[in-house]
Amino acid sequence: MNSWIMNTVWLIPATPIVVALLILSLGKTAPGLSAVFAVIGQIAALIMSFVAFFPTLHAHGFRGVENFTWFVFGNQSLRIGFVLDPLAAAMMMMITLVGLCIFVFSIGYMADDKNLSRFFAYLSFFSGAMLGVVIANSLLLLFIFWELVGLASYLLIGFWIERPSAAAAAKKAFITTRVGDMGFFLGILWLYHNSGTLLFYDNGHGCLESAGLAMLGTSATFIALLIFCGAIGKSGQFPLHVWLPDAMEGPTPVSALIHAATMVAAGVFLVARVYPIFSVGAINGVTSSLAVVVWIGVITGLMAALVAVAQSDIKRILAYSTVSQLGLMMVSLGVGGVAAGIMHLLAHGFFKALLFLGAGSVIHALHHEQDIRKMGGLRRAMPVTFATYAIGMMALSGVPFFFSGGWTKEEVLHATSSWPSSHIPHYLMLVGVVLTALYMSRQIIYVFFGNRRAAEEHPHESRHVMTIPLIVLAVCAILLSVVLTPAWPWLESYLTGHAPQFDSRLLFQPMILFSLGLVGTGIALGVWMYHRTGELDPLQRKLPALFRFLENKMWIDEIYDRTIIALGALFAWLSDWMDRYVWDGIVRDVGAIGQLFGKLTTGTDERVINAGVDEGTVGAQGFGRVMSRWHSGQIQPYLGAVALGMLALLLLYAWLG
Amino acid sequence: MNIFVFGIIASFTLIVALAAATLPKLMHAALSFAVMFLGISAFFFLLGAEFVGLVQVFVYIGAVAVLIVFTILLTPHDVGNVRGFGWSGVVVAIAVFGGLIWAIVKTKSVAIAPSVAKALTVKQIGEALMISYVWPLLCVGVLLTAALIGALILVMEDKRS
Amino acid sequence: MTLSTLLVVSATLFCLGLLAALSRRHAIFILIGIEMMLAAANINFIAFWRFGPHTAHPTGVIVAIFAIAIAAAEAAVGLAMVIAVYRHFRTTNVDQFNQLKG
Repeated sequence: MNSWIMNTVWLIPATPIVVALLILSLGKTAPGLSAVFAVIGQIAALIMSFVAFFPTLHAHGFRGVENFTWFVFGNQSLRIGFVLDPLAAAMMMMITLVGLCIFVFSIGYMADDKNLSRFFAYLSFFSGAMLGVVIANSLLLLFIFWELVGLASYLLIGFWIERPSAAAAAKKAFITTRVGDMGFFLGILWLYHNSGTLLFYDNGHGCLESAGLAMLGTSATFIALLIFCGAIGKSGQFPLHVWLPDAMEGPTPVSALIHAATMVAAGVFLVARVYPIFSVGAINGVTSSLAVVVWIGVITGLMAALVAVAQSDIKRILAYSTVSQLGLMMVSLGVGGVAAGIMHLLAHGFFKALLFLGAGSVIHALHHEQDIRKMGGLRRAMPVTFATYAIGMMALSGVPFFFSGGWTKEEVLHATSSWPSSHIPHYLMLVGVVLTALYMSRQIIYVFFGNRRAAEEHPHESRHVMTIPLIVLAVCAILLSVVLTPAWPWLESYLTGHAPQFDSRLLFQPMILFSLGLVGTGIALGVWMYHRTGELDPLQRKLPALFRFLENKMWIDEIYDRTIIALGALFAWLSDWMDRYVWDGIVRDVGAIGQLFGKLTTGTDERVINAGVDEGTVGAQGFGRVMSRWHSGQIQPYLGAVALGMLALLLLYAWLG
Repeated sequence: MNIFVFGIIASFTLIVALAAATLPKLMHAALSFAVMFLGISAFFFLLGAEFVGLVQVFVYIGAVAVLIVFTILLTPHDVGNVRGFGWSGVVVAIAVFGGLIWAIVKTKSVAIAPSVAKALTVKQIGEALMISYVWPLLCVGVLLTAALIGALILVMEDKRS
Repeated sequence: MTLSTLLVVSATLFCLGLLAALSRRHAIFILIGIEMMLAAANINFIAFWRFGPHTAHPTGVIVAIFAIAIAAAEAAVGLAMVIAVYRHFRTTNVDQFNQLKG
């Protein structure tokens, strides 16, 4: 059974990609049909992921590997393959399930868009590529799918191609992640150079297995950091986080799928996947590469949470929230809590997608109004949206017991508290928890409570096709908490390969109460600050300079603009100047040489050859004129010539004979 | 004796030939031309080809020379615009003469004495003509016919013009 | 009287004929010169017949006879041409016959 699954596991990413091509070939003719195809493809992928999930449940530490040779060059062969282990299976389930909900939601959200089929084609393509990232057994294959995911993200962010802001955002996303991907690729090359293989698991010869890791030696740190560059770009960590908020230019389902649940998760997934490389030579579970991961995660988490407090676009708040949560996940991975980080990733996928879709529902109801200062009082107008949004908000804030996000945040904080290197990440993450609760409360109060400030007179609840996915995701967010509780850490043991133990005492650890207190503090603070909301943010009133600083994203974009982009522009201007004057000049000079040759040839042809021919003909004419003097037409000279000729012949004959 | 006769005939022929070539008046030259053939005929007699000598007298003196005289009479022309003697021809002739003499002198095989002459009868000539050389004979006949007709055509007045 | 003397005589005659053909301006003189050259050639033939080995056929004699016949024919035609040309040009000066000049 296992081998059958391993042989066909490639179908899981292949199916949505094939569906995407199918939809593209349909063109604009049948938008409804393309939606149906996309949903069917995603359901098929979901079912297949579910089937693939089962073998990983049976044995602990299961890992099914299917490797094959892609091509052979010289006497080296490049092998790639697919791997199925708990990490991959869990990711696949999350991606397909969340993806399905978002696909269904899009049918309602994008209903009156003319390019619906193109949208679903891109969505399916993205889904397939993301699934490929997850089950790849070769770093090269992962990179290929990684790039495809980046491409899909570019296409989807800039989906509304007629908007220049969308196009600029797509370009920014692609280029920023490209910077990270360059580091990633260098890491791949270095890894291949050192270990000779890019397969993760290969009967003990893979680069993540002990033999391969031993070959890395001291370069493991640098390789790990280079690979981490890719993760920084893709997951929006500082300093490459600048593309994620701008990526909100894309349609909301895109933001939900790509920038909440899946693509940004790819970076965290990558770190988890190549974790053995990061932890080579670990002392007490600490290596320098992991330390870098931790600190970058900390900076990102805190910075993004601070900026989110001052944002007024509903999607941007969620975007910065995503950046912050990803930072938290990185911190978790860095301090050694791999299972905790992945659990938070899975849970985050569900509730962030839920939040984004809820925001989409609100935006759709208010006819594409996205400024929260112009919303309010939607609690009664859109009850289902409000309820599901509240569930998502509580999950994100980390309310424990019933909401998955609470447990996973718990695990992460627990892992950070026991990091031998430093306790600062732990304390800063606690601050982050408070901030998260604060800005989420701010958002929910602004959007759903208070007076109605919207221009739209009668906002009403969205259609069922949009609310049902919200309900499904909310249910998942709650149900997931069941398997996440420390009392029965099923998911953790599933991921780490240990047997789970049910211990109800662990339900009431002091840490949990402490975090509950933190979350409560944050929410209370939010309610106190924002409950009497108007157009003006109270923080803006009291601390305008701080508010402006946070609102402008700590001026990081502007700093980049002045420095890196200006440098790039300088290089571009320099290249243009070189191209225009130096290379073009050389080409023109070569062309001038050619022209000179042409002129020389023409001149030669005219003055030398033609003149020569003319002179020759004149000479021939003159010669002819001279010769024609012999042709007098008179008989006697002719006869004389005959006689002389005869004499000559005679003499010749006599002389020879 | 033989040499003496040979010398007389040779000089006679050559002098008359020179006269024929160089005399300014046309009729004198034509008549010298006719006499020259007498000398040549004498040569033939001397060499033992009597038949040819006689044929020579008949044909050349009797026909060709007369023809030439007729033509001279038929084509009178102004003496005025004759340009005189062309000395370049003399040069060419002397050159050719020099070359021929040199060739003859150089050739050693021709310095032989005459052998005993066997008499050549007309009968032999007739037999040779009619039997061995009948084909050339017929061709010459055709040639003569053609020449006759051609000459007639050439001098025929163009009635239509 | 050796063959070579005879040949010298005929050579002289030939050259005198050539002289006549080349140096006189009258058309008829060219014909006269040609006749003289032919006669010199005839002498050559007979001389060679006389001094050569005697064969069954008197080849030299026959050839001389033919030569005479041909010379006569040629003289006739040539004279006819002279008359025809005279009718056209009203002159027998060969210097005037330069229509083929080129």
